[in-house]
Amino acid sequence: MTELINGKGLSLVPKTDTKQGLKDFKSDQEVRWCPGCGDYAILAAVQSFLPELGLKRENIVFVSGIGCSSRFPYYLNTYGFHSIHGRAPAIATGLAASRPDLSVWVITGDGDALSIGGNHLIHALRRNVNLNILLFNNRIYGLTKGQYSPTSEVGKITKSTPMGSLDKPFNPISLAIGAEASFVARTIDSDRKHLQSVLREATAHRGTSLVEIYQNCNIFNDNAFEQLKDPEIRDDITLRLEHGQPIVSASKAVVRAANGGIEVADRASVSADQILVHDAHHPDPSLAFALSRLDEPAFEHVPIGIFRSIDRPAYDVLMAEQMEEAVAQKGAGDLSELLMGGDTWRIG
Amino acid sequence: MTKQVQQLDRVIIRFAGDSGDGMQLTGDRFTAGTAEFGNDLSTLPNFPAEIRAPAGTLPGVSSFQLHFADHDILTPGDAPNVLVAMNPAALKANLGDLPRGADIIANIDEFTKRNLQKVGYAANPLEDDSLSEWRVHAVALTSLTVKALEGFALSKKDAERSKNMFALGLLSWLYHRPTEHTVKFLEQKFAKKPEIAKANIAAFQAGWNYGETTEAFSVSYEVKPAQLAPGVYRNISGNQALAYGLIAASVQSKLPLFLGSYPITPASDILHELSKHKRFGVRTFQAEDEIAGVGAALGAAFGGALGVTTTSGPGVALKAETVGLAVTTELPLLIVDVQRAGPSTGMPTKTEQTDLLMAMFGRNGESPLPIVAPMSPSDCFDAAIEAARIAVKYRTPVMLLSDGYLANGSEPWRLPEVSELPDISQEFTTAPNGADGEFLPFKRDTETLARPWAIPGTPGLEHRIGGIEKADGTGNISYDPNNHDLMVRTRAAKIAGVDVPDLEVDDADGDAKVLVLGWGSTYGPIAAAVRRIRKSGGKVAQAHLRHLNPLPANTGEVLKSYDKVLLPEINLGQLALLLRARYLVDIISYNRVRGLPFKAEELAGVIQDVIDSD
Repeated sequence: MTELINGKGLSLVPKTDTKQGLKDFKSDQEVRWCPGCGDYAILAAVQSFLPELGLKRENIVFVSGIGCSSRFPYYLNTYGFHSIHGRAPAIATGLAASRPDLSVWVITGDGDALSIGGNHLIHALRRNVNLNILLFNNRIYGLTKGQYSPTSEVGKITKSTPMGSLDKPFNPISLAIGAEASFVARTIDSDRKHLQSVLREATAHRGTSLVEIYQNCNIFNDNAFEQLKDPEIRDDITLRLEHGQPIVSASKAVVRAANGGIEVADRASVSADQILVHDAHHPDPSLAFALSRLDEPAFEHVPIGIFRSIDRPAYDVLMAEQMEEAVAQKGAGDLSELLMGGDTWRIG
Repeated sequence: MTKQVQQLDRVIIRFAGDSGDGMQLTGDRFTAGTAEFGNDLSTLPNFPAEIRAPAGTLPGVSSFQLHFADHDILTPGDAPNVLVAMNPAALKANLGDLPRGADIIANIDEFTKRNLQKVGYAANPLEDDSLSEWRVHAVALTSLTVKALEGFALSKKDAERSKNMFALGLLSWLYHRPTEHTVKFLEQKFAKKPEIAKANIAAFQAGWNYGETTEAFSVSYEVKPAQLAPGVYRNISGNQALAYGLIAASVQSKLPLFLGSYPITPASDILHELSKHKRFGVRTFQAEDEIAGVGAALGAAFGGALGVTTTSGPGVALKAETVGLAVTTELPLLIVDVQRAGPSTGMPTKTEQTDLLMAMFGRNGESPLPIVAPMSPSDCFDAAIEAARIAVKYRTPVMLLSDGYLANGSEPWRLPEVSELPDISQEFTTAPNGADGEFLPFKRDTETLARPWAIPGTPGLEHRIGGIEKADGTGNISYDPNNHDLMVRTRAAKIAGVDVPDLEVDDADGDAKVLVLGWGSTYGPIAAAVRRIRKSGGKVAQAHLRHLNPLPANTGEVLKSYDKVLLPEINLGQLALLLRARYLVDIISYNRVRGLPFKAEELAGVIQDVIDSD
């Protein structure tokens, strides 16, 4: 089992001998998102990343819920299951728990994962089933044409909230860390290199990996992440999280605050040894949680990268171990013996 | 003193006490002794949903009824011949069911002023003549137990807790039950607390000896073993039989069993049982909610497992959307609904047959699925295999409608030979089925209309399925009006074409004018009522539906061949509604929704009335 939890996320999934390319992962279905949607960039990034894994294509499954992003599986030439609203983590859990030889991906959105499917998401995270969950966060409901979502900022004016939304949004990273997730990361649709580097780590992780992908909905919530894309400011507000490296942007640095927490300071005003060095593998999630709060108020500085990545036995492995242990103790099940197992008596 | 031994052909005993008094255990042990002795038997536990309602109150009364006989019997019995009442609440709650002349064994120690007041007795009924219609045996069960355990290093309270074993010993003497199994059982149950084991055994034996020596009981009773069909038997409850049936279905289908379930009364015991059998390759997954339970089962089915979810009515309501997804993706899935009294939370520990229409129609869109209902506790085994057979063969979710009465009731089960169980395995699809070497996930078998089941890991058959309407053949997303009409009709035709055996009619002389029809757990009481009618010279035919959807092909013909069709249901006429609509037959419904099974006598009266009416 040690082998399984130590960074060999897909060691049970059979490898292919055939050289694969992006084309191998394109299905014959016409992609039908709105022109300009961030989903196109994510799809292309995933399609060009998958060959890198060298897995047998038939052992890859994409499961999705409902929403724009959940059409994703139709466009990939792997096995796919476009399910119902919010339930993809539950369906994928049953699949992954019973088939450790599969690479199982969940494609979901902010409404699908955090609103109607919130319960399944948090439980998948704490169980640590071997899943890669890609949460496309566009901070709006797209498929139902523009209502506010559980990640929309307070005061969001939408069709269902003409005077502004009232409820405080979820921070998906904080939520995932609070739900005992063993791997939590954030990336952005427009940065393919970063996105793929996060996917690389996520697939190497055995257990549930949650990857929040900032995704632009150019129809109902355009430019929601503009600060992170604007060449003028993006390097200043993006705090890159890299394990073992100081947490800095071009002009900012994360340091310990006087109150024991952390805060963002001007990089020029602090010495190198004051800058916090990122430890994604720390068993205590407190610092990762604190990092997830740095973008409040929204987007003054945004950590991007892997917040947390720890080794914890995956659910399917533990489940298989119990089954093996049961067989080791009493031998494989025998139906006749089971039926005759109680207090029996014979007539005639 | 030589005591008189009286022969009886059958006895109904009800053990009743506070929910902390261990009445279910007492009943279970008496049942085990009775099974070992070779009587036919049938049991009916009845307990409150509260784990410990306030002690000594009416809501806290828990009971266990056992019917045993020297011939084959069909129900746990209408009215007890003997009531064991461990306190005034138990007496008061059960007296109404007790026919005149029945025996009451009451624990006089608990008939204190305070306990009497709790349930509204102004005077002690054991001391006034209010119970003169019954034969009352006031026994100091508690103090006799404490006295018997004087030599043990136990607190008085711990000693008192063994009073149920004293009562069990007394009843075991009274009805000549073997004792070895109970002694062995207690040794095993309290293996880690030998002092408690010894005390319980001592209390049990003291109860036996008390019966043997006291003058309070001058007669003991013998019920000879029943002449049942030859074979090996064990006593089994519906939930246990259902769990075994699922394991057998897994073995016989060569598919690993995956159970996704959320705890709910009265279905949880199936989860408990299956979780013990991991060495059969059984995966049990206690989900975060009902929806995740069925979702995980469906995900496992997509991966090639026998996916099962177990629940009760409130859970079925929550699972509806996922079941609809299973209907449209055409994946095998078993939904076990152990029905209980509703609506909403209803009465969780009480039985009902009120989920039939929900099983039929409780999903959005045209979403038909097969429905199978077991007719007795042991039949849950066969019904589970049958439901799995249909699910796997036709790639469809199947609803299995058990209920609280079957789940917790028990009866002797003649064990099947494993070699005689049906082979229900189906092959996964491993090769493309299209004209151009492509894979068409919705190209159907021409006979069954089932689609191919190609599981992840199969090279060349990568495909996508989902809840959106699919084009015939390719399974690609389709909004084409005619395609939707075709797919809706095809899914319906597939279910309508499921192979179910004809409805068999038991019409002894072939000239009955009245047919009494039933489904599910009412089989026992209906059959017992039919026997009564026939014994008294009446003519009545009986038929019992195991497949509720699709109905057996000859159902209409059977219904129309009788002048009158009587249909007792523990609902307000759900199957009657379906049959009337389908066959235009003027069904006579008999409905009671009391959370309890029908009584044979009650149904015999109803059948007689229908026979007698013009």
